[in-house]
Amino acid sequence: METTLSPPKGKKGRTGAALFLSPAVLILLVWSLIPLALTLWYSFQNYNLVDPTLSGFAGLDNYRYLLTDPDFVWALLNTVLLVLGVLVISVGGGVLLAVLYDQDFLGRGIARILVISPFFVMPTVSALVWKNLMLHPIYGVYSAMMRAVGLTPIDWLQHYPMQTVMMIVAWEWLPFAVLILLTAVQSLDHEQKEAARMDGAGPVARFRYIILPHLSRAITVVIMIETIYLLTIFAEIWVTTSGGPGVASTNLAFLIYARALLQFDVGGASAGGVIAIVIANVIAAFLVRAVARNLEA
Amino acid sequence: MAKLALRDIRKTYHAEEIIKGVSLDIEDGEFVVFVGPSGCGKSTLLRMIAGLEEISAGDLLIDGARMNDVEPAKRGLAMVFQSYALYPHMNVYQNMEFGLKLAGMPEAERRRKITEVATTLQLDAYLKHKPGQLSGGQRQRVAIGRAIVRNPKVFLFDEPLSNLDAALRGQMRVELATLHRRLGATTIYVTHDQIEAMTMADKIVVLQKGVVEQVGSPLELYHHPRNLFVARFIGSPPMNFLSVRIVGSGPDGLTVETSQGARIDVPVLAESAVAGSDLTLGVRPEHIVIDAQGTVPGTIRLVERLGALTLLHVALEDGSVLIVQTDGDHGGQVDAPVRLTLLSENCHLFDAKGMALTKLMRHRLAG
Repeated sequence: METTLSPPKGKKGRTGAALFLSPAVLILLVWSLIPLALTLWYSFQNYNLVDPTLSGFAGLDNYRYLLTDPDFVWALLNTVLLVLGVLVISVGGGVLLAVLYDQDFLGRGIARILVISPFFVMPTVSALVWKNLMLHPIYGVYSAMMRAVGLTPIDWLQHYPMQTVMMIVAWEWLPFAVLILLTAVQSLDHEQKEAARMDGAGPVARFRYIILPHLSRAITVVIMIETIYLLTIFAEIWVTTSGGPGVASTNLAFLIYARALLQFDVGGASAGGVIAIVIANVIAAFLVRAVARNLEA
Repeated sequence: MAKLALRDIRKTYHAEEIIKGVSLDIEDGEFVVFVGPSGCGKSTLLRMIAGLEEISAGDLLIDGARMNDVEPAKRGLAMVFQSYALYPHMNVYQNMEFGLKLAGMPEAERRRKITEVATTLQLDAYLKHKPGQLSGGQRQRVAIGRAIVRNPKVFLFDEPLSNLDAALRGQMRVELATLHRRLGATTIYVTHDQIEAMTMADKIVVLQKGVVEQVGSPLELYHHPRNLFVARFIGSPPMNFLSVRIVGSGPDGLTVETSQGARIDVPVLAESAVAGSDLTLGVRPEHIVIDAQGTVPGTIRLVERLGALTLLHVALEDGSVLIVQTDGDHGGQVDAPVRLTLLSENCHLFDAKGMALTKLMRHRLAG
């Protein structure tokens, strides 16, 4: 029986490993490959939920209609804008807050909990809170604040839909960045900071040459994880603007939803889904490579 | 080159005094070792000199100028940390260059200096390596190199060898001593390792609980410990202690008697010692000899053979154990009875407060 303790060797060990892995692989197949195959299949079909007369093989028509649709270009632009905007705000703000919260000050424990807490609010709830409690032109806190200083309240979601959605999503993701980056800042050997002080580095130089390089790994991890989630932002848009006005705040995920469940065009939506999969995979490939390089160094 | 002076330096953390008034003079070019058990404040004291910790009270003078409120980098010091604290994302060259760059030294001069220092430290082949690719000894050298290139007035070392294995530690000790002889810079070195302290120091400062117990040359501390703490701390295996009672005094010293009735004449100044009062007698393992005519009987409990010498742990009748150092060929066996003679001129006497009674004769190497 002692052979069970030795690491698997040769063909026999590999079959055993495959056997133990198979449940996980099977679930993965059922949960990801079958939907993928179905999506691919539908994307080449004429399939509209309210028009049973449309059917049969559509060739590349679904893709052609989608790619030539100006809405699609908007959605693509909005997706990029949303991802980049939120990344810049959350990583930039996250680094600053992490360094700040690493300092010793009164009530630091409570302050840390407060800064982390938005992450635990579910997206629909935080979107609703922002929409109705904070930014509403009549009842909102911000509107009240603006009125208090004699300014006319702004209907944020109407006039700046994309920027407002970006702000709400950034508010949700900033805590995540702070959490990861704060632990990274704390893991910096304090003797390194002291050595830099002895070398004559002031606070700015210490941040630039010691802390930031130390954080680079954590920053890449934050960028990677956030990008994957930010590409598929849906709830916040649905709750606040429903993609509008027009398509001003429609991203790719919302466009696919609108195609499938507002226009009932399953074929077109599936084509959008396939394009989204391709884009996500291309970005993921780049990110994984970047992270791998960063982790090696 | 610099002289340091500490004037009643104090450090208070949350109303608790960690450093309780340290005054010390460090001469130009001196190698001073701060030694003491962990928590004695030796590292804190070093960090206060470096400027990494604020000085709560007292004055720190470097070449006569008060440095209490001067930025660490402007004090003209360089420090080697216990963890080396190399910048992991910079290569060896950049690590050594960082301080020079911040000081605004021109590129060509930086290159010349770093190349020179790297050559003397045998690091020239590793300039492009990151710290992660180096061995412990090489990292140690980089840390020292980073200190040297800045051409400091004073070198500070915070337990620099404690992360190395025993063999490498011995080698680095020799290298550091050689380096100090060549550079001739004032050096303050913190360690808990008394071998490092004894071998490298011009002057040892023994600290305990934020108080300087004794300052002196290694052999002065060894042969003339000022109190029980220093006597116990310096020397390995440690000094043996017996409680004794004064039975007589004269111009040649005090006569004391152990609890078993053995009498020893210790050449110390009688001063205020009163017959009948209790003292502690200290004697180092190498100052006890096995002797058939010895006055102290005992039984061997443990034999430690180190090759060149043998350590016998001898239990006396009252249960106390003395460590006796004999030559490596001594044939002592466990449970064998032995008789011991304490070499009285090398014995120390400590009063009830733990202070040593002054010896009549100074050791010839103790200065």
